[in-house]
Amino acid sequence: MSQVVAYFPLILKGMLLTVEVALLSLLIAVLLGLIGAVARLSKSRIARGIAGTYTTIIRGIPDLVLMTLIFFGGQILVNDIGEKMGLDYIDVDPFIAGVLTIGFIFGAYFAESFRGGILAVARGEIEAGHAFGMTPLQVFSRITLPAMVRHALPGIGNNWLVMVKTTALVSVIGLQDMVYNAGLAGGSTRKPFTFYCVVAFLFLVITGFSDVGMRWLDKRYSVGVRKA
Amino acid sequence: MDIQVIIDNLPLYLQGLRTTIVLVISSLLVGLCLAIPIALLAASKNKWASALPKAYIYFFRGTPLLVQMFMIYHGMGQFEAVRASFLWVIFQEAWACALVAFALNTAGYTGEILRGTIEQTPYGEVEAAKSCGMSNAQIYRRIILPSTFRRALPAYGNEVIFMLHGSSLAGLITIVDLFGAAKIVNARNFVPFESFIAAGLFYLAITFMIVWGFKKAEHHWHAYLRPRES
Repeated sequence: MSQVVAYFPLILKGMLLTVEVALLSLLIAVLLGLIGAVARLSKSRIARGIAGTYTTIIRGIPDLVLMTLIFFGGQILVNDIGEKMGLDYIDVDPFIAGVLTIGFIFGAYFAESFRGGILAVARGEIEAGHAFGMTPLQVFSRITLPAMVRHALPGIGNNWLVMVKTTALVSVIGLQDMVYNAGLAGGSTRKPFTFYCVVAFLFLVITGFSDVGMRWLDKRYSVGVRKA
Repeated sequence: MDIQVIIDNLPLYLQGLRTTIVLVISSLLVGLCLAIPIALLAASKNKWASALPKAYIYFFRGTPLLVQMFMIYHGMGQFEAVRASFLWVIFQEAWACALVAFALNTAGYTGEILRGTIEQTPYGEVEAAKSCGMSNAQIYRRIILPSTFRRALPAYGNEVIFMLHGSSLAGLITIVDLFGAAKIVNARNFVPFESFIAAGLFYLAITFMIVWGFKKAEHHWHAYLRPRES
């Protein structure tokens, strides 16, 4: 027990990194998801094709493979580009690689949730926007987007929970998140089970807080909707 | 792109493919066997009976598979009792640790899927069975479970794909599955693009086959839900 107390700050530091990675990836994933959803619903065949390929590939390949591919492959790519431009050796930051990969992966999942949400927005509301003379961008940002969130929210919540758990993989590319730190603590105290238990509990804490947040969001975006 | 490296290492990839498939199928089978009693108990109206299975489901769905696998692979050696018993023979093997972790994990997810579908069984079906004079066990065996498995099919398809992707974690604990093979090829030749893309394509192909298989299965088992062909 005293060992857990001694190493708890280290684990908490890792937890902070886990949350940071999750939130930054969420930002990227939401942006990519919106672009992907709009592309999948667009009239352009090329845009639909690209977005469709993106979601299929991401959903067909394990996160771990994509993450190592982007981390190790990205390093080579950066080196090649750097060499051509006559720069020194550049290290790919595992933090950036991790955030980009997770954001890139979950962009595909968010695109699916957003697509469903956009399809559920009442056609008349969008037409009304056009009738008022709004530009397509204005219609999207003022009408489609806010109205779509309510329908997409359950999907968003699920994706977020899966995403939080996926952040555990960044420990594989050397990022010192809480799984990585638990490995360190477990190694030096010879009590790995105890420390992985602590980490598992902390993951449950994060998901617990997320539940509260989701309920708040649901309330906020369902204002004006009567429920039985 | 240097495809020659991949062709040279094809036997390694095929060995990895075999390991991945064996690992996924065996964990799914064990997981399903565990999931059925878990789901039945979790769906029960008795609060005492449902508390433990619900906690099990909550834990395994709420924490990363990586942490669960490390708990078993790195963690079991912490206990003197485990090391002294026959269990140590099992937990010393990375392969067995991965199998246990994956099976327990998929039991949690599958248990939740089945619990949901059991609870949503149309009550009329159960009532009809009761009025035919079936016992409780008969109702479960003849009515609730078959109907549950049918309705759980689409969600279970997703879980199978999830398990396939999750199984790549086995490559992290010295097992040579598809990901493990890619890791070895990358380490020997330093070709991250080629090695991991090759593994990714294998995973993609298996995923497509699973999707196709479940489409076929749904076509068969959901025949009564299909609109009539004219």
